[in-house]
Amino acid sequence: MAMATDTPTNVETRGASPSGAPVVFDNLTRRFGATTALDRLSLDIAPGELVALLGPSGCGKTTALRVLAGFDRPDLGRVLVDGNDVSHVPAQRRDMGMVFQSYSLFPNMNARDNVAFGLQIRHQRTAQRRAKAAELLELVGLGEHVTKYPHQLSGGQQQRVALARALAIEPRVLLLDEPLSALDAKVRAELRDQIRALQQRLAITTVFVTHDQEEAMSMADRVCVMFQGRVEQVATPSVLYSQPATPFVGRFVGVSSRVAVTRRGDHVEVLGRDVPIRGDLAAVPAGELEALLRPEDLDVTVNPNGLGVVTHRSFLGATTRVGVGIAGANLRVDVRSAQADDLELGTRVDVSVNARDVLVTTRQPSS
Amino acid sequence: MASLEFGTLLADPSTTDQPFADDAPVTRRRRRVHWGRGTILVVAALYFVVPFYAAMAFSLQRPTGGFSLQPLSQIASAPGFLSALWLSTQLAVITMIVVMLLMVPTVIYVHLRMPRFRRAMEVITILPIIIPPIAYSVGVLESAPSWLRSSQYLLAIVYVILAMPYVYRSLDSGLGALDLKTLVEASRSLGSGWISTIWRVLVPNLRSALMSASVLTIALVFGEFTIANVDNWTTIPVWIYLAPTDNPRVNTLVAMIALLATCVVLTLIVSLDRSQSRDSRRS
Repeated sequence: MAMATDTPTNVETRGASPSGAPVVFDNLTRRFGATTALDRLSLDIAPGELVALLGPSGCGKTTALRVLAGFDRPDLGRVLVDGNDVSHVPAQRRDMGMVFQSYSLFPNMNARDNVAFGLQIRHQRTAQRRAKAAELLELVGLGEHVTKYPHQLSGGQQQRVALARALAIEPRVLLLDEPLSALDAKVRAELRDQIRALQQRLAITTVFVTHDQEEAMSMADRVCVMFQGRVEQVATPSVLYSQPATPFVGRFVGVSSRVAVTRRGDHVEVLGRDVPIRGDLAAVPAGELEALLRPEDLDVTVNPNGLGVVTHRSFLGATTRVGVGIAGANLRVDVRSAQADDLELGTRVDVSVNARDVLVTTRQPSS
Repeated sequence: MASLEFGTLLADPSTTDQPFADDAPVTRRRRRVHWGRGTILVVAALYFVVPFYAAMAFSLQRPTGGFSLQPLSQIASAPGFLSALWLSTQLAVITMIVVMLLMVPTVIYVHLRMPRFRRAMEVITILPIIIPPIAYSVGVLESAPSWLRSSQYLLAIVYVILAMPYVYRSLDSGLGALDLKTLVEASRSLGSGWISTIWRVLVPNLRSALMSASVLTIALVFGEFTIANVDNWTTIPVWIYLAPTDNPRVNTLVAMIALLATCVVLTLIVSLDRSQSRDSRRS
């Protein structure tokens, strides 16, 4: 499957000099028995950039991070950090700070000693490392918790200490392995913003693994969508959402509805309207096709003689997502909540396409 | 990495979430009396205390009536006692060090890299309990090199094998309570090598397991009779058995003191462990 990439973000535009190292995944392959976790994975990450590895469970994103961290080795390919091949360098010599999914603070040490641990390993003097640990804990908003032990801290606080600990060693690359997944929604949102702000301030190259697309889209400079060990698309969040390069990305990122379509040259007929096919026409598969439509690509209007029927509605705040059953398809359409009062369940409606073009793929059995 | 001089960028206290609810001070609960448990405790205590009291009374009772501590002073001067005590102490220390050096990295390795081998390890480490000590000691004596047969270290090696089941189980349960993989990887990502990771991160978090393994090892060495006797080493249990019987009160007293000492050491270690845990929990 073709891989699409954008140019790495220019971090200078953020007002901080990039101090992280560039990272290159060069044709990485990693197999576990008959399972191929990484299948010729290639990815360039610019200094100071935050790249999110996004994908469903088993897509290889964590394996890629572990290979970068040095906890796993590729069967083929190389990992370059700052231009040097580190594929066979042990984890403890890679200078990479990592925040783990599960709480990883050392239970026998208080917050300050946890943060100072890496500095102790580097033989820094006690006064120096304590001062730096205190400074970092202050930075993550835990200045008053320096002497607390992990069991005395909440999950969010523990992850912030883990972040301070990872930053204390001034890593060349910061690795985040789903650090927010164990937290409740409110803390997760707060910490997400804090991590992003800190990463931008320090301009440190960061690789962030997540299966949560909202996290990836809100934090990352670029998002690398992975599936079955391969890169499907690497792009900025907005490009990824508006111009998915592959049907998988179209389905995985954001919400989309599938509608059976008929091809007519470089157009397809969708809900009675001819719409241009997005992307390379030569790549459009033969046979039965379907179009992927975002909720905002569709308009819905009440019509007592319409072919569609409102099947459900979800209030999302400013918008309301309306489900419409029409011609065997279930479409999801976003309308302004103020205008959604007429769209009661069972209301007959018309649905039209307002998109400039649509992504077309082979029709799935369920559609 | 850029300097951290921008200070309290994220130090907004409004964003700091609160500790878990279960971190809140524990309210004093009204003590409930559990009669069933109390009865079991009393019966168990009597089972232990009555024979102990009887033996102590036998040792310290004067023929003319009343009690005397005079037999205590006879212990140190009893022929061979001090050398037996020294030998048992040496064996306990050597055994403890060797078994820990062997088992700690092994159990960590099995947990981390060969988790499927844990069941096999359980079976292997239980073998010293299944095999009769006499068969064991004869086999070891026959197969040991001649230079080692006359050394007390041979006995220590045998005790290392005997202590394995207890040490393995203590460490296995201790490691099972830790998120071992994450702790090791966190430590390594911060630049720590394997030895440093074991020493600075794992051992402090295995303190309770190591304590209980140590107590069991000491108790085993101070109580083992068969192999030491077959191998002709006069350890404390062998001395008690072989000591002249003209004053059985002293022998009994030594046995009781050994028992008491084991209990005291056990209590001290457990108390120390608890107080350290309590201290570490104080912010």
